[in-house]
Amino acid sequence: MCRQVEGTAGEAGNRSLGVRVADLHIHTCLSPCATLDMTPRNIVRQARKKGLDIIAVTDHNSAENTGAVMAAAREANLAVIPGMEITTFEEVHIVGLFEDTGAALAMQALVYDRLQPGENDEGLFGMQVIANALDEVEGMNPRLLIAAVRMGVEETVEAIHRLKGIAVAAHIDREAFGILGQLGFIPRGLDLDALEISRRMTLRQGRSLYKELKTYPFITSSDAHDLGEIGTSPTIFRVAGPQLSELKQALKGIGGRRIEY
Amino acid sequence: MRLKEVVNRLDLTVKSGAGLLDREITGGYVSDLMSDVMANAREGVLWVTLQIHPNIVAVAVMKSLAGIVLVNGREPEKATVEKARAGEIPIMVTDLPAFELAGKLFALGISGR
Repeated sequence: MCRQVEGTAGEAGNRSLGVRVADLHIHTCLSPCATLDMTPRNIVRQARKKGLDIIAVTDHNSAENTGAVMAAAREANLAVIPGMEITTFEEVHIVGLFEDTGAALAMQALVYDRLQPGENDEGLFGMQVIANALDEVEGMNPRLLIAAVRMGVEETVEAIHRLKGIAVAAHIDREAFGILGQLGFIPRGLDLDALEISRRMTLRQGRSLYKELKTYPFITSSDAHDLGEIGTSPTIFRVAGPQLSELKQALKGIGGRRIEY
Repeated sequence: MRLKEVVNRLDLTVKSGAGLLDREITGGYVSDLMSDVMANAREGVLWVTLQIHPNIVAVAVMKSLAGIVLVNGREPEKATVEKARAGEIPIMVTDLPAFELAGKLFALGISGR
């Protein structure tokens, strides 16, 4: 697919390119397995403290807290990308990143429609808190967000792309819920925009371990489920701005934009 | 059949819930997809899987399964064992692959229906 090209034409002419530090996989208190202090304001504060410029909010099978985190970050000089970590039918985790909450919520509607029916059991899986930008509890999400969606990896990636989003195979180095652990390989022709390496290893180590997959762009993220984990494994982007369109171009190596490996 | 008898006859290694082996097994179920177990496993069955993630325990509690057998000699994660103790779910381990274990369970009279 799209390999990073260094020093492509256009870089010299584009003086606005700069380095931005991103953590594109963060859970909030909406994810049953995340801690309850993963509230919008706490996440924004911690992200700034860790020097992050861009974060993505990616709860399991839901985007209901994305708007609140974006609102909480409005004055914080932090770009927040609305996203979702989808559990596909094969129990592979695919992170979808979207341009706006409209697209994220459209994906959420698809996901809710195909989510395994049932109610969350707070005692077994944890609470699913819907919060507002002031860190107040708006309610509980009653769905079984921990479960899988009746949508295979291909269909999930296609749906993300139809909504102009980016599809990332999450933590490919983890056996549980990683695409390699669940399927053993990446299906031919699966149009992933990037592969994510977990915080257990560096991006460099990941790229060397999965040499044969180097035709895909690699990123690394914290997959933070508690505050201390935020920003522990950032990806450095060379881009002209913090928007998703810039990250897309960086993944494709367009106009001098790239990931700093 | 009681879980204890299965553990003894198939030489399973008990990783949690050693005090809970008097449980009666109503049947068996083999699957590596947790969502499939949530949807289709019946109460009281013995679940055969290679998944070692802590969520297998939550699924077993939710569905009131008799216990979980991990195949291919796979060791449960530490958090899985802790969760299993708290949730009173026996976890056993065998070196056998799933097909072999299911065959032996079937031969003991444990059915999948």
